[in-house]
Amino acid sequence: MIHIEVKSNPEFEKELAALGGADVKLCFQCGTCTASCPSGRRTSYRVRKIMRMAQLDMKEEIISSQELWECSTCYTCVERCPRQVPIVDVIVALRNMAVAAGHIYPAHKKTAVNLYKTGHTVPINDEIKAQRKALGLPEVPPTVLSDSAAAADLKKILDATKFDVICKE
Amino acid sequence: MAKYAFFLGCIAPLRYPGIEKSTRVVFDRLGVELVDIQGASCCPAPGVIRAFNRTTWLAAAARNLALAEKMGLPIVTICNGCYGSLFEAADVLAKEPEQLAKVNEVLKTIGMEYKGTTKVYHFADVLYREVGIDKIKAAVTKPLSYGVAAFYGCHFLKPSSIKNIDDSENPHILDDLIEATGCKSLPRKQKTLCCGSGGGLKAAFGDVAKEFTKTNLENIQASGAQFIVDVCPFCHLQFDSAQKDLGFNIPVLHLSQLYGIAMGMSEDELGLSAHKVPVKL
Repeated sequence: MIHIEVKSNPEFEKELAALGGADVKLCFQCGTCTASCPSGRRTSYRVRKIMRMAQLDMKEEIISSQELWECSTCYTCVERCPRQVPIVDVIVALRNMAVAAGHIYPAHKKTAVNLYKTGHTVPINDEIKAQRKALGLPEVPPTVLSDSAAAADLKKILDATKFDVICKE
Repeated sequence: MAKYAFFLGCIAPLRYPGIEKSTRVVFDRLGVELVDIQGASCCPAPGVIRAFNRTTWLAAAARNLALAEKMGLPIVTICNGCYGSLFEAADVLAKEPEQLAKVNEVLKTIGMEYKGTTKVYHFADVLYREVGIDKIKAAVTKPLSYGVAAFYGCHFLKPSSIKNIDDSENPHILDDLIEATGCKSLPRKQKTLCCGSGGGLKAAFGDVAKEFTKTNLENIQASGAQFIVDVCPFCHLQFDSAQKDLGFNIPVLHLSQLYGIAMGMSEDELGLSAHKVPVKL
């Protein structure tokens, strides 16, 4: 039998709250979240379990797990939680911790790099430019893509908040 | 005349420009002026970018919010993801002065400031609450009679505690908006089930995302719907791109495109050639 030493840690709760994931301690493990979760029906992701692990400061186990990334952020659990735990915000906070510790999937890194390089999560291409033109729209939309000063501003924000670290190899 | 700062996001302008075009035409017909936000960026995406670095998410969202604030206009989005991201960022920055102060430290480096006043709306909410069903009905020049599946997605209505648009478990807004064209919104099982693409699932675990989509498609097929009508380019992308692999062939329309059809826009103007599942009207 595997025995894991766990204990609650108020500091960890504070760390979560600072990342927007407050109130995890309110969870009383009723399981409404897991019962409502469309991802849990299709994967090994169990929301209730992650909330309990978060209460018990099992940070390393959570942030190195695949399950943390199997939430589609549909908010069904949040809608139904009888304790109003902002579960998706807790998941997002845990994901922030995971990424800070270097746990990021290559496909996610690609999305991050797209944002860093272009200001959008998907790149523009010639086919889209042609489609836009045919519709009477400007070939390049009036976003950071057609405004180099705005693009430079966005990049400064990304650098100032250390997003460039995620995008490095 | 109602006037909004038009937030484009990523998927609509860069994958389904027909959604952008239809929205521009339809809002003009309905007497709502859309003004482009010059130099806006990705919202940034709530399921991925917010999950990677919340400080980056909040600061980059604040930059978009500040651009609209400078225009003195509320934002309208045509995507659940952009709506979720910008609405929640605006909510945090309106309620938490210390977060606003932190974000403004970052914005100062580019000579900007966000005062915290920008309101963010979803286009379907604007259509329902501000334009109204009667005015939409009056603008329909080509009444339709299709049976369709209303697909709400997740971030249009949820979390309902801060959005307060409709009942998230048993909503009716989109059904009413669809039926204003003469179409019938057909009942089906699990109507509010996620499309599967959110939260970074589509990118990292595409097969899991498709499992969600498959259940939705089975329920939609069983309802007898001829079209899927969504209010989010990301749900739109998921339904349009996953069907071939899953063995379905139900065409997908963004609500703005359905309205475009009902208001007499030509097929060319709707940008339907970008769709992988062919749309035959």
